[in-house]
Amino acid sequence: MAKRRVVVTGLGCISPVGNDVDSTWANIKAGVSGIGEITYFDTTAYSTKIAGEIKDFDPTQYIDKKETKKMDRFIQLGIAAGMQALDDSGLEITDANAKRVGVAIGSGIGGLPLIEENHTKLVNSGPRRVSPFFVPSTITNMVSGFLSIMRGLKGPNLNVVTACTTGVHNIGIGARAIAYGDADVMVTGGAESTITPLAIAGFGSARALSTNNENPQQASRPWDEARDGFVMGEGAGVVVLEEYEHAVARGATIYAELSGFGMSGDAYHMTSPPENGEGAADAMQNAINDAAIAPELVGYINAHGTSTPAGDIAEIAAVRSIFGAHADAILVSSTKSMIGHLLGAAGSVEAIFTIKALQEQIAPPTINLDNPGEKCDLNLVPHKAQAFNADYALCNSFGFGGTNGSLLFRKI
Amino acid sequence: MSNIEERVKKIIIEQLGVKEEEVKSEASFVDDLGADSLDTVELVMALEDEFDTEIPDEEAEKITTVQSAIDYINANDA
Repeated sequence: MAKRRVVVTGLGCISPVGNDVDSTWANIKAGVSGIGEITYFDTTAYSTKIAGEIKDFDPTQYIDKKETKKMDRFIQLGIAAGMQALDDSGLEITDANAKRVGVAIGSGIGGLPLIEENHTKLVNSGPRRVSPFFVPSTITNMVSGFLSIMRGLKGPNLNVVTACTTGVHNIGIGARAIAYGDADVMVTGGAESTITPLAIAGFGSARALSTNNENPQQASRPWDEARDGFVMGEGAGVVVLEEYEHAVARGATIYAELSGFGMSGDAYHMTSPPENGEGAADAMQNAINDAAIAPELVGYINAHGTSTPAGDIAEIAAVRSIFGAHADAILVSSTKSMIGHLLGAAGSVEAIFTIKALQEQIAPPTINLDNPGEKCDLNLVPHKAQAFNADYALCNSFGFGGTNGSLLFRKI
Repeated sequence: MSNIEERVKKIIIEQLGVKEEEVKSEASFVDDLGADSLDTVELVMALEDEFDTEIPDEEAEKITTVQSAIDYINANDA
């Protein structure tokens, strides 16, 4: 069976720099930082006191008030982005098509805020005080679950959980479901909200977080020599994927084609990639092979670029190993410099940036890249957005456990 | 007594997200007020919190209407 073509027909996002795609993308192009001091809890005892929080998000704009308490924050964010994306696609769900429309919106960690709250109740007041909604309001697949219930989507209902590659993997696997014929439309992406005491403590103990608390907006500095770890962000990104002929037949707006998806595993270390970036390179190469294009057609890469010392170098090495001399002609930027690392939502929000970049032929900047560190020697788009002229762009995500994923988009 | 009735109704309104005028004495949580089985468990927990009491599961199962909740609290509130 020939692979069916998959295109993007709807976008939605909630991010630390905007509660929809247009405002977020405008800020990302302009180099606006969404990082600040953590306001959700008292950080006095914590080594990290900064994060990319979402501002002024009102879940009741999307969800009935009574239902919101049955959803941890990552679910609310995911539902909001999912509804934006579905509405943007203009797709009407009917009895005739409902079983051909599926959902794959993942979360890397799930509902930590309510896990912490209910555990505190358990310890302080006993098992009878644990909410009956505790389990279904915190497990990672419940964005997919709730969105399907709210919008009547009866196709495949999934949730790939692969740490910080979650967003990319859900989009990629969602595309596979369309290419293989399991669905005609897949609502795909990721959502995360773990700016909580336990998560900041745990990532802090792992020495993964920046402690540049005095300068929040300068703390996320991918590839800069002064980078000292990632800054956590929260948010959700959702893209509606659709079989090409299906999209054309209903006159949908097509943002881009998802022409390739690649995966790999590092088989190396719990949290660190190998220095040569082998797994990252394999993911990108597999995406390029999937699309069957010449690597020289790639003009922009939205990098994983988390601002960690080891990870940033490995990704550069990976890009060099795939593209050779062409690597110097590619624009490579990390939008995490502005919104931080959205963990399981990172790849899906960044996929939206990659799609918008292709559409407008503008690579968003890597802010705070004042002095590129050793081996950080590609065009990393410091400070200001740059124009490019290319039909293809990659979006990379890599996660704990050695999970790697790469999406290859084509300009339409 | 009316104070208990008001407090019970207020909790039902909050927990089930319903309007005050819907919370009639004979109203059933599931049939009239749109609650599911998890909602009713949480509603009983909220009543326990409000009245600082513990409602045994076999008693909780019988609390299915606004009036039965009021009656239970009236009978058991110290």
